[in-house]
Amino acid sequence: MVHFTADEKAAITSIWDKVDLEKVGGETLGRLLIVYPWTQRFFDKFGNLSSATAIMGNPRIRAHGKKVLTSLGLAVQNMDNLKETFAHLSELHCDKLHVDPENFKLLGNMLVIVLSSHLGKEFTVEVQAAWQKLVAAVANALSLKYH
Amino acid sequence: MALTQTDRALVLALWKKMSTNVGIYTTEALERTFVAFPSTKTYFAHLDLSPGSSQVKAHGQKVADALTLAAHHLDDLPDSLSALSDLHAHKLRVDPANFQFFSHCLLVTLARHYPGDFSPKMHASLDKFLGLVTSALASKYR
Repeated sequence: MVHFTADEKAAITSIWDKVDLEKVGGETLGRLLIVYPWTQRFFDKFGNLSSATAIMGNPRIRAHGKKVLTSLGLAVQNMDNLKETFAHLSELHCDKLHVDPENFKLLGNMLVIVLSSHLGKEFTVEVQAAWQKLVAAVANALSLKYH
Repeated sequence: MALTQTDRALVLALWKKMSTNVGIYTTEALERTFVAFPSTKTYFAHLDLSPGSSQVKAHGQKVADALTLAAHHLDDLPDSLSALSDLHAHKLRVDPANFQFFSHCLLVTLARHYPGDFSPKMHASLDKFLGLVTSALASKYR
């Protein structure tokens, strides 16, 4: 089980309080679909994904990005208990959604990049490191029920 | 995975904008890599890795020069990076997974310093460029 220090928790929660779930979630998911186009395989039914502009402007992608980021909020509130927190979502991603866990790493790193572009100076080396730890731990927790 | 004309134009535009400051960003990216991915430090036991280290700065500049060379030789990356590939493969023996940690941290750094230029398309082109540099660097490994 991953252990977060008090400093890491503080770095994570202080940033999280500033995050607009829809804006950041939408941008993160949109960029994932643009930078790694093969990830679009999970979003065939989401409408127009024909160009970067279409993807970034797609309201369904935005809404789904918000949904994903809301779940990440669960992680921020339960950093000491990620395995239990994500058990159900892990089963869902394996059994129903059939998502390769590699994608969780891609999305996690994408979120870190988006946070960096929005927060600038505030996204220090230490803050980034705490967030890398969190996204890696969430990616891992989401993969635990895979079989 | 090859770079389109658009990719090249975008990468070169950012390189032009960064001008002589590429070293500042690659140094920051190295610092971020060492802190966020501590296993990468195992390759630098011979260097002082404390914040502001002049040795890290010097290394950052070497990386910057290599990336600038790569950016201007997009048509023959394997050839232009051949010597560096030999070095990393046979002498330094850096596990290629580590190049991805650095590439990611460079993207984080560029996003932080050039948010206005860091459109999704620019982001994708940079990611592709760094991926190609990584492949070229790893091409001599075995």
